[in-house]
Amino acid sequence: MFGLGILSGLLLLPLVGAAVILTLRGDDAAVQSNARSIALATTIITFVVSLVAWGRFDAADPAFQLVETHPWLAESVTFKLGVDGFSFPLVLLTTFLMPFCIAASWNSITSRVRAYYVAFLVLETTLLGVFVALDLVLFYVFFEAGLIPMFLIIGIWGGKRRIYASFKFFLYTLLGSLLMFLAILAMYWQAGTTDIPTLLAFKFDPNLQIWLWLAFFASFAVKMPMWPVHTWLPDAHVEAPTAGSVILAGIMLKMGGYGFIRFSIPMFPDASVYFQPLVFALSVVAIIYTSLVALAQQDIKKLIAYSSIAHMGFVTMGLFTLTQQGIQGAMFQMISHGLVSGALFFAVGIIYDRMHTREIAAYGGLVHRMPHYAVAFMIFTMANIGLPGTSGFIGEFMTLAGAFRANPWVAFFAATGLILSAPYALWLYRRVIFGPLEKESLKSILDLDRREIASVLPLILLIIWYGVRPDDILNVFAPATEHLLKSTEAALALVKTAAVTVQ
Amino acid sequence: MYQAIVFLPLVGFLVAGLFGRFLGARASEIVTTSLLFVSALLSWVAFISVGFGTETFTVPVARWITSGSLVVDWAFRIDTLTVVMLVVVNTVSALVHLYSIGYMHEDPSRPRFFAYLSLFTFAMLMLVTADNLVQMFFGWEGVGLASYLLIGFWYEKPSACAAAMKAFIVNRVGDFGFMLGLLLTFVLFDSVAFSDIFSRTGELKDATFHFIGFEWHALTLVSLLLFVGAMGKSAQFLLHTWLPDAMEGPTPVSALIHAATMVTAGVFMVARMSPVFEYAPDASSVVIVVGAVTAFFAATVGLVQNDIKRVIAYSTCSQLGYMFVALGVGAYGAGVFHLFTHAFFKALLFLGAGSVIHAMHHEQDMRKMGGLRKYIPFTAAAMTVGTLALTGFPFTAGFYSKDAIIESAYASHAPGATFAFIATVLAALMTSFYSWRLYFLTFEGKPRWGSDAEEGHAHASHAHADHAHDDHAHDEHHGHDHTPHESPWVMRGPLVVLSLGALFAGLVFSGAFIGEGYDAFWKGAIFTGEHNHILHEMHEVPLWVKLAPFVMMVAGFLIALWFYVLDPAKPQQLASANPLLYRFLLNKWYIDELYDFLFVRAAKRLGNFLWKRGDGWLIDGFGPDGVSARVLDVTGRVVKLQSGYVYHYAFAMLVGVAAFVTWYIFGGAI
Repeated sequence: MFGLGILSGLLLLPLVGAAVILTLRGDDAAVQSNARSIALATTIITFVVSLVAWGRFDAADPAFQLVETHPWLAESVTFKLGVDGFSFPLVLLTTFLMPFCIAASWNSITSRVRAYYVAFLVLETTLLGVFVALDLVLFYVFFEAGLIPMFLIIGIWGGKRRIYASFKFFLYTLLGSLLMFLAILAMYWQAGTTDIPTLLAFKFDPNLQIWLWLAFFASFAVKMPMWPVHTWLPDAHVEAPTAGSVILAGIMLKMGGYGFIRFSIPMFPDASVYFQPLVFALSVVAIIYTSLVALAQQDIKKLIAYSSIAHMGFVTMGLFTLTQQGIQGAMFQMISHGLVSGALFFAVGIIYDRMHTREIAAYGGLVHRMPHYAVAFMIFTMANIGLPGTSGFIGEFMTLAGAFRANPWVAFFAATGLILSAPYALWLYRRVIFGPLEKESLKSILDLDRREIASVLPLILLIIWYGVRPDDILNVFAPATEHLLKSTEAALALVKTAAVTVQ
Repeated sequence: MYQAIVFLPLVGFLVAGLFGRFLGARASEIVTTSLLFVSALLSWVAFISVGFGTETFTVPVARWITSGSLVVDWAFRIDTLTVVMLVVVNTVSALVHLYSIGYMHEDPSRPRFFAYLSLFTFAMLMLVTADNLVQMFFGWEGVGLASYLLIGFWYEKPSACAAAMKAFIVNRVGDFGFMLGLLLTFVLFDSVAFSDIFSRTGELKDATFHFIGFEWHALTLVSLLLFVGAMGKSAQFLLHTWLPDAMEGPTPVSALIHAATMVTAGVFMVARMSPVFEYAPDASSVVIVVGAVTAFFAATVGLVQNDIKRVIAYSTCSQLGYMFVALGVGAYGAGVFHLFTHAFFKALLFLGAGSVIHAMHHEQDMRKMGGLRKYIPFTAAAMTVGTLALTGFPFTAGFYSKDAIIESAYASHAPGATFAFIATVLAALMTSFYSWRLYFLTFEGKPRWGSDAEEGHAHASHAHADHAHDDHAHDEHHGHDHTPHESPWVMRGPLVVLSLGALFAGLVFSGAFIGEGYDAFWKGAIFTGEHNHILHEMHEVPLWVKLAPFVMMVAGFLIALWFYVLDPAKPQQLASANPLLYRFLLNKWYIDELYDFLFVRAAKRLGNFLWKRGDGWLIDGFGPDGVSARVLDVTGRVVKLQSGYVYHYAFAMLVGVAAFVTWYIFGGAI
């Protein structure tokens, strides 16, 4: 169609929806409801199209597929799109979560409704663009462009301290991206192209790799976020509207992990090996430090935000183990965390819509009035703790398995996350859900309505399904992971793996 | 058939959990209970066919995780050890389901209760049938979840919520060890399946592994790490603190989870991993010592508790210690045998206690009981049977299994075994004492409740003057004006079945588990190394060793009789004569207080510190907030520069141009 492939279609669809919403005039209830319906329809169609694309994707092939190239800035800087086993699951995660975000905003967004949905649809395009771009400049454009709608979503529809939060968010991420931009220029001068598949095959000089790695790291570490550049996340989450938090935790954090697996590790393998101890140290600190900090939180969203940082620690640790289990586990953890943290933020949004507070102390005994909610929240909490049988377990277990091979010390410290994640999650559950229903304001609170059940149920089913049958996702990562490990073999040979001495 | 055994409870859980609201409580009860009975029946069929027939085999179900060399299946490993556990779990679970119909009949959320019970059973079955360590971990955490949900079943009680959390978190500490052991196994054997691990232990018997700064004997390290997991689940000393608190849950839960099945998961795991432990003698010694300390410690605390359920809880803890002693000295058969018999008599004691509590309208403090035998003779008889079995009265179940453990501890040459022998013999004395104390306080003497309360309470304050508060929250919504009444048949039926088990399980099965039928029965399901002759040696111990437990039992009985029937003022005198010791025991060696100080409050304080100082002051202060403050400073100064006078600007421009030209000329020249 018009010479465009299905991936361009994916990128264009949300923009078309946004354009249609912009043509609406006025701000009365009918227009608002039209805007909502258009946004929902657009995101659902996008999801369906992404499933169609999935049908055309051969998971056993490690190469880029569905590739399309259009002329763009210059001969060597093209509009090139394509997906492989690492990026496609993230594309699906994005298109899958988007309709839920629209549904979660249904009643809670009442001002500037049209602008809100336009921002969300544009955001979807940029997020998808990050995952399907096969040109470094194009990637960079999408990577940065995503900041703008998110900045607006927090800054306009956010909570009380939204201006502070959005500036902090902007400041951190911008700083990282400037360095990345310089690195991209340097790579262009070296390799003469910004075509990602070509760059993947290009061997950078090991000394240069160090600098390039650090520059990319600055950007991705902020996005992850890794300790100690994580402090924007709790503020951004607390102030963002529910759907904003879901996208932030569910997808935007994954852009960092995706960046590591797409650029840092395959393009700068020597530097990745060189910096492995640094990443391990930061990951382990993140896991322990943020779990402890989560214990001290009084705000539900902040608590979940801190637990997200801890879970992302498992991702960075897993990726840099440079083992099959570690990388596949980290990728799985990203998908799983997208579902689980998204679900948790939905769950918080549900009670926030009713009570307009996120203070843990303002709740208690919700189970008496909201039994369905209590069940859903219990499942999400358990997935967050990493209970086997939920998707949360698989990622943690596999990254730990990889880490134990790479360095038992790291696995030892990271495994304390197993202990530390339980207290804050259970404590939150106990304070919010259990106990007697004593607060007057809560006595008339209503259980989930149909719209909420419809948005929570698919998440529950997926979280459990992927906990029992993780191979559905793992098999998609497997060829790409094997390919990656093979192509970086020379550098990886230097990695010392845990030595078993048999005498 | 094995799929049916494992998955029927899951079906029950889903039916009661998802549709309980629509089906109603009665339908949920019937569905879950009857599914469990089918499952239990099939388990006995499996027990007979495997225990007295076929070899080990695997029932594959599905693939779970695939990633390079990490391959994990959903599969059942069926051998004698598995079917023994199947029988224990399903029999007790079916009886507890039935019993709960009577016990919980006033509770409005029965569908939820039965759903949880079935969920627990499913998770426990997954644990015992696991074909690999990861699936075992699935069941391991699954029973933890069910236990958490059931302890916190009465979620409006703060104490129940706290106990539930404590159980989960303390277990997680153990799971930390389990997880590391699991990871190490994977690294060592490149597989997590039991069949691969067991066939390769011999090759790795001299391997070493570098871990957290030390060079370890690899198999010892695996064993120790896994044993930490077992300590958590089986409430061994230092990780036992959650078990007594877990008594906040409904009594049938205590019988099922915290006596007969879940807490024995650690014992099961060590027995399952016997091929590894056999090559790790140092780890086995640790198992012996921890087991012996627990057996002794828990028994001492049990001496002075006043809550009927807590006495039995400490007794459970102590008996689990016995099982570990047996495992540590290499008498795996004896350990599993004690697990098997203990499930019957301890479930009987708990359900009997539940019947007492039911009769007393949810009163659990033994100081407010007494003289109940006349009112609930049936329950009293059942409790007598349970007590006889627990204390090891000849030819009851405990007599065979417990005495076997004490004898094997004597016969063993492993380091720590002598200590274990002394500790278990002393614990046998205390077991007999606290068991009979429980019986006498509850069923004999003058009533200290209801219409006789005046007289009874006077008596109580005379005999046991309120020396220390019992921190248990009383559930007194019924008042005490009714006479105690015997429980309905659904509650008495399970007591009868369990009583039969408590009386005859030892007599019938001892030959197979630890006697001449050992090899034919186990068929290698539990591994004994070539130098392990403990089963042979334990039958040849001197006569005094064989008599010791019996003597201890009689002595314990006599002391209890003296203290609580003949001279009821005696305990009070002893307590006031040794106040320090008494308080030390009553407060459970102050371990909870120590942990609260060391871990709970420390973690909270550290978290708060890292948040306020680390995130707030250090990172934000020197990061974004600091930067933006500096930017504001600088712009503030720049603003001052904008004076508005043209000649100021002209001057600045001139200076700039001059500097630029200078640099251009000289820069070009160089």
